[in-house]
Amino acid sequence: MIEQITSLGRRGCELLESLGRAGIFVAQSAVGVPSREGWHLWLRQMHFVGVLSLAIVLVSGLFIGMVLALQGYTLLVDFGAEQALGQMVALSLLRELAPVVAALLFAGRAGSALTAEIGLMKATEQLSSMEMIGVDPLRRVVAPRLWAGFVSLPLLTIGFSVVGIYGGYLVGVEWLGVFEGSYWGNMQASVSFIGDVGNGMIKSLVFALVVTWIAVFQGYDLVPTSEGISRATTRTVVYSSLAVLGLDFVLTAIMFGGLT
Amino acid sequence: MSDTPFVVVEGLHFSRGDKEIFRGVDLAIPRGRITAIMGPSGTGKTTLLKLIGGQLVPDAGRVLIDGEDVHRQSRRALFAMRRRMGMLFQSGALFSDLSVFENVAFPLRVHTDLPQTMIRDLVLMKLEAVGLRGARELMPAELSGGMARRVALARAMALDPELILYDEPFVGQDPISMGVLVQLIKRLNQALGLTSIVVSHDIKETLTIADYVYVIADGQVMAHGTPQGLDVSEDPRVSQFVHGEPDGPVPFHYPAVDFYTDILNSGGRR
Repeated sequence: MIEQITSLGRRGCELLESLGRAGIFVAQSAVGVPSREGWHLWLRQMHFVGVLSLAIVLVSGLFIGMVLALQGYTLLVDFGAEQALGQMVALSLLRELAPVVAALLFAGRAGSALTAEIGLMKATEQLSSMEMIGVDPLRRVVAPRLWAGFVSLPLLTIGFSVVGIYGGYLVGVEWLGVFEGSYWGNMQASVSFIGDVGNGMIKSLVFALVVTWIAVFQGYDLVPTSEGISRATTRTVVYSSLAVLGLDFVLTAIMFGGLT
Repeated sequence: MSDTPFVVVEGLHFSRGDKEIFRGVDLAIPRGRITAIMGPSGTGKTTLLKLIGGQLVPDAGRVLIDGEDVHRQSRRALFAMRRRMGMLFQSGALFSDLSVFENVAFPLRVHTDLPQTMIRDLVLMKLEAVGLRGARELMPAELSGGMARRVALARAMALDPELILYDEPFVGQDPISMGVLVQLIKRLNQALGLTSIVVSHDIKETLTIADYVYVIADGQVMAHGTPQGLDVSEDPRVSQFVHGEPDGPVPFHYPAVDFYTDILNSGGRR
């Protein structure tokens, strides 16, 4: 019994310690004057993290928008309310689906790659040798990736919403025959820029920070063996998915739950 | 050349988890010489280099490089200090996304404002010294192990350091590249007046180039002296290690119960 309590306590201490390490880690990497070279490194990472995730995010966005319209139509048409389809598609995407699904895809596509890449650099002593050359790997390797992730996920989320709404239009208007004017008109009337678009973007920024932070930290902190890398990659996807879904509930409760 | 040692290690204690790796290690590394640190695998030789380079912090004791305590520096000062050191990693640790040329140019680009043409000249000089000027466009993945280590050596020398740390430079090399590396380390040390620390357990190669040797075992300095001195050492532990005898004070058998009783009392147990 006593043993179980001690092990619970030890677990707690370990968790706190690793949170502390992660905090110091992100503070040391994110702070610093951006140089011209830092800018180049960041652009390079924007390509690897952002541009290469574009395909999966946009294709998923298109299909999710189409499915939403299809499901929504079959429901709304019973009440003769299929005019509200545009509003339904846009609100679900902007408030919930785009930030959450894009973040989950991003964790799987870019987060796991970041962890594996940094982990491999650690396992092959590249990070150590950089340190010995007198270059801080936090600045050189971690910071550009952190910032690239933080900037690219919100942009990907915008892309996801736009393509999703278009997918809804394809199915709802082009295929099922909802009147085009009411699809766009109802959407325009009901979507508020700050309340819906803005809150969705805030969600996306929070998810971007959390997912990239987890991915990069897991890569930097892993046990430098092949087994360690594969475990850390798995942990990145699991932790970031859970964090995104959990935080989504909290943020939704604050933004749309009328708690404030 | 002054007689004060360039690197001094005093009363170094270090442990990883519950495992004690160093229990009071004292070293004095003379300026401009090749000092070898030897010992059986798993005695923490690489850890020692990381402690000297300030990548790990000791539990007790200190490391002085040219009179300055490595572990009492701010992060910024430590990075500045490291520009005066080069380290050759066991795997080479070349940056896999940069070509051979860019790997060697890396320290120059980040620490100096030299014009492109001068960087090119310097890089070609360093590559010429290790005999790989012709391989400058290759990527690290296209190099053999020995070539990768030579490129890493050129990179370690790029900023003309005063101290070079070699981590197991001979491990896993074929006889030819081994000979090349031995030659290179010796020649560079003489030509540039570097202070070199070579960590290794390849007795033959290391003893031919080292001026002074420390043997580390069980977390302490077991013996030290010139290569000739160690070769004729009376200490059975030193002589077992230097002559590579399979059995001696370091036993061949992992501790176990008596073989005879173990065989007879099987009783279905393992």
